[in-house]
Amino acid sequence: MSKLKSLTKKQLFLPIFSMLLVMLINVIYDIACGNAPLSFFQILIKNGVLYGRLIDVLNRGSEIAILAIGMTLVVSSSAGTDISVGSVMSLSGGFCCMLLAGYGVARANSYALPLWVGLLGGVLIACVCGLFNGFLVAYLNIQPMVATLILWSAGRAIGLLLCNSQIVYVRVPSFQVFGSYVGILPTPILIAAVCIAVAALVLRFTALGTFIQSVGINKKAARISGFNSAKIILITYVICGFCAGIAGLTATSRIYSADTNNIGLNMELDAILSVALGGNSLGGGKFNLAGSLIGAYTIQAITTTMYALGISSAQAPVFKAIVVILIVVLQADPVKDYFKKLSAKKAAKEAKAA
Amino acid sequence: MLRKKLAVLLATAMVAASIVGCGGADQAAAPAEEAPAAADDAAADDAAPAEDAADDAAEAPAASGDVITVGYAQVGHESDWRTANTQNYQDVFSAENGYELSLIDCDNDNAVQLEAVRNFITQQLDYIVIAPIETAGWDTVLQEAQDAGIPVIIADREIDADASLYDAWVGTNTKNEGVTAGNWLAEYLDGKEANILIIEGSVGASAALGRSEGFDEVAAQHSEWKILDHQSGDFTQDGGQEVMESFIKSYEGQFNVVVCHNDNEAYGAMDAMDAAGITYGVDGDVIIISFDATHDGLQYTLDGKINCNVECNPIQAAVVAEVIQKMQNGESFEATTLVNDEAFVAPGIESQYATTMTEEILAGRAY
Repeated sequence: MSKLKSLTKKQLFLPIFSMLLVMLINVIYDIACGNAPLSFFQILIKNGVLYGRLIDVLNRGSEIAILAIGMTLVVSSSAGTDISVGSVMSLSGGFCCMLLAGYGVARANSYALPLWVGLLGGVLIACVCGLFNGFLVAYLNIQPMVATLILWSAGRAIGLLLCNSQIVYVRVPSFQVFGSYVGILPTPILIAAVCIAVAALVLRFTALGTFIQSVGINKKAARISGFNSAKIILITYVICGFCAGIAGLTATSRIYSADTNNIGLNMELDAILSVALGGNSLGGGKFNLAGSLIGAYTIQAITTTMYALGISSAQAPVFKAIVVILIVVLQADPVKDYFKKLSAKKAAKEAKAA
Repeated sequence: MLRKKLAVLLATAMVAASIVGCGGADQAAAPAEEAPAAADDAAADDAAPAEDAADDAAEAPAASGDVITVGYAQVGHESDWRTANTQNYQDVFSAENGYELSLIDCDNDNAVQLEAVRNFITQQLDYIVIAPIETAGWDTVLQEAQDAGIPVIIADREIDADASLYDAWVGTNTKNEGVTAGNWLAEYLDGKEANILIIEGSVGASAALGRSEGFDEVAAQHSEWKILDHQSGDFTQDGGQEVMESFIKSYEGQFNVVVCHNDNEAYGAMDAMDAAGITYGVDGDVIIISFDATHDGLQYTLDGKINCNVECNPIQAAVVAEVIQKMQNGESFEATTLVNDEAFVAPGIESQYATTMTEEILAGRAY
């Protein structure tokens, strides 16, 4: 009992609990339909690659997870959100495809420039976007949502411009690798895993995490203590841009084309939501990266669940909203307090009875 | 703190709602990849009446010696389909053909479009052609045009206004596209069982609604057909791929027909089936039906991977010109004219509803 209690007190308990709850919906549905109860969790190797709904969640959730890394840091340091990440994804994909196909070319069967130039270009332009956002927020003290609103609307437009308002196809097998498979593993899962590992290592073995949190908790106090607050905020926005670039290239490689109108569309909202679902305060300060990542995969699990349940696309947003509201309410402080009080009362009663 | 959180959440929700709203509208038109080449070829390649109309258009004004001024309030330039449509108007209503075309690109802004039409009225143009961005809110401006005695032709999309307020409607009918797809499938299967999965377009988009309605109508007449599931792929390749991945898991080995509401979704669906080792197309286990007939889509049709591809024709100006010529000469004209949509089938398939794809057809396409 006491073990269970200490478990529920952990910060990650509620996010993990929420994710399991979402997956439980599938189990209940499968039992109701007479399918194998755990078919959602079944992982097979089919046609030489990993196959299963859980793999879909991990695979499709990769972009959101990568974005969530950057978003968590931005939220922590600046107490605001970077709403441009979806557009930056699209811009980075568009720029990469433009480099690889050549300007004005709608479909290319061979590279105009080497692959690494395209990838580097895509990531670099995303970093420049991050630098721009970070400069506005850190040095000009513009509110994050307002500052990033500029690229939110302009990023996609620049991408369209770069691609000459067309969907640019790069039909070269080596470009498709990043969105398909390496060996039996979907590459996006691998890319996300590498990003997460690097972020975790940097935060664990350098003081960056502490710096970011101190700036987020109190910018002035941090500066007086000798941190260069503005620089740290700038760094988080550049990291966020970098993550958006990686996510954009992954999404682009999946469809081996720069569909600038649709890549990363509304993805910024998913990224922000995953930070919130992870139990992080959007008011900045302390953060928990693992929570955000669990949040990211929870969002994808909801989407995959909706497909699995065959909920019609028209009703899907309602279903998604209900699940999200439940999860957010469950994690709201007053609700937590209420449950705490309830359990305290129970404990008091038990003590009396004893 | 809580208030702050709530505010942020509310704000995000509002942003989300507005984006979703806009996204839907943007995707209403079918995307294509190929920039339009000379549209003359297309007019020639397309339905025969189109060609006649273009000829008529060239001859008639030359006889009267007058230049006919036409205002076209175009939706915008959101897709290559739309660009092909604009190019087609510019080619048909050219100075050589005796027209003066004022084309306004309204950039998907309803207010701009209303303003554009009002400008046409002030300029006292001979004819006004509108490709309406929104269906509602046209009564006042149409009344103004009528008071000024300028004939109005509604093109491409439909509007919610009394038919007495405008003179003619020219456009495609997405429902017909669905019916064509259904008819072709019935002919191809010839009474065999069909278990159908449908990857729909954006929820609420007119193209998606029409294509579903038409196809469902045919499906209802076939008791041996079963529609297993339908989900929206948002007219995108990524959406099509994700939906198909899920369909494969839910209906493994149970389906033999996949209907995609546009070519992009079909590419995604094919990728998903490739990954799962499912064969499709003429030589495969699964029949694929797609819409739009973009250049790449038709390439897949030619390669035998998409069995049937039903097009949504952007080459509409010739038909509009035909109506205008009839008005000009005081002849009677149809209040609504449907632009012919064509369907294309993979080599090796013969059909009364569709043309069998060849290299020549692909090379002659305008977009």
